[in-house]
Amino acid sequence: MQIAIRKLDQITIVDVSGDIDLSNSPELRKVILHEFRELRIPRVVLNLSGVRYIDSSGVASLLEGLKASRDLKSRFMMYGLNAKVTQVLQLSKLLTFFEIFENEEQALKP
Amino acid sequence: MELRSNPEVLCVVRSALSRLAELLGLSDSDCHLVILAVDEALTNIIRHAYRGQRERYIEATFRLLQAASKGSSQTSLEIVLLDDGAPVDLEKLRPRPLQELPIEALRPGGLGLYFIRKNMDKVEFRRRDGRNQLRLLKVLPPAESHQAS
Repeated sequence: MQIAIRKLDQITIVDVSGDIDLSNSPELRKVILHEFRELRIPRVVLNLSGVRYIDSSGVASLLEGLKASRDLKSRFMMYGLNAKVTQVLQLSKLLTFFEIFENEEQALKP
Repeated sequence: MELRSNPEVLCVVRSALSRLAELLGLSDSDCHLVILAVDEALTNIIRHAYRGQRERYIEATFRLLQAASKGSSQTSLEIVLLDDGAPVDLEKLRPRPLQELPIEALRPGGLGLYFIRKNMDKVEFRRRDGRNQLRLLKVLPPAESHQAS
């Protein structure tokens, strides 16, 4: 898994690629929570278009990010989910909790 | 297949299983579900049976099983995972999806086991001779023939 961060005004875009599993999901969790809790970014957008696979530990990291955003009244959004990532979030029954968009342009709209 | 309890092996197993599932004629979706189940099972071994120790032993066996069913033959993919870690307390690993609680109360524990049970046709766990044995079964779609594993 690779993570890159872009800053755009009061928005952080986190570009994630590769597989998210037990070996690296703590790193993803740390990055997301840092943006919300330490930097107090009001909107964090996760670009998952390069993610091929996610497991339950990755879902747990996303859930932690979602909870942090709710606690701080921030927004946690994502886009670019492929069929496998969508399938895992559907299985988790979490799909409706997240703000999910087709692409970056839609996710960045005010 | 002999593995070490290092999370880095997960992607190697996924890759091997992906090729096998494809050869066996599973759809992309079913292929993904089987891979997810096995990945979660290995994750549970690493996290719970070995409590994060990275150099412990895991044995993974894949084979095809033929069984007669309603006058026709049914083929299943059997996956057996063996480890010699701590006995697993199944009560602590209660499978569940996450939607039953408000978001603030959600805890992801048990989600991996839920994926395993949801995605496989049969899941059996037993403790024997000081080892944990998890047996997973996926019924394969009918085909002219299946290549041996």
